[in-house]
Amino acid sequence: MAHQIKRLTRRKFLAATGGFGIAAILAPRAAAQLNRTQPNNMPEVITRLVGPAKVNEGKVKIMLPPLVENGHLVPLTVRVDSPMTEADHVKAIHVFTDKNPLPEVISFHLGPRAGRASIGTRVRLADTETVVAIAQLSDGSFWSDRAHVVVTTAACLEEL
Amino acid sequence: MANARIEVPKTAKRGDIIDIRTLISHNMETGYRRDYLGVPLPRDIITHFECKYNGVEVCHAVLHPAISANPYLTFSTVATESGTLEFTWTGDNGFTFSESASITVA
Repeated sequence: MAHQIKRLTRRKFLAATGGFGIAAILAPRAAAQLNRTQPNNMPEVITRLVGPAKVNEGKVKIMLPPLVENGHLVPLTVRVDSPMTEADHVKAIHVFTDKNPLPEVISFHLGPRAGRASIGTRVRLADTETVVAIAQLSDGSFWSDRAHVVVTTAACLEEL
Repeated sequence: MANARIEVPKTAKRGDIIDIRTLISHNMETGYRRDYLGVPLPRDIITHFECKYNGVEVCHAVLHPAISANPYLTFSTVATESGTLEFTWTGDNGFTFSESASITVA
């Protein structure tokens, strides 16, 4: 009887430690999965901006380094091919990302007084992701360009 | 208090497109970070930027937390007349800062 109890406890002990072992293997994986940034609602936000209009490819040129070491400070330039006259100009340049906590980055509203449709800034990137620039023209059309950026040290690593 | 740096050419020919560069000191706290005790840090960012040329708006921008600390913005405008360019940044917690630069157009 005593022997049986001992065996049972040993079995329980093994089951318990085995469980710990599995937990120890799985926990970091689960944590890593939680840490990995999920795609945000970028398509939805773009649809809300554009409405029923179609987003065309072209006219816009987004310039970003293809590989960045520091996601906290990524230089970004967006240029749009436009004469910038009263009749034909870029009304706004919007920038979005697909894996930052929020898809919106910046909305730059321009007009014919800008002379040239070219803006620059520095952005934060939370992960290796795609950055999309959408230009809204005075005739109501939308044009876009996208760039894929590989980020080695992400911004917002501390979050969660 | 905030500190801004602006680069605008001192002189320009009428009709020239001039490049403008602005930089302002600001943490741009995203609202997604936590302090060492795990307490979330509230968002504190610059949300709007505006540039006026002799009182007329040239451009304005809406900024989001994805803009790096110390927001740096570059854009251009057409040198139409001598005068001043006024730059205004506004943000969370009543943040507001203005800076101006003068330009002589020949």
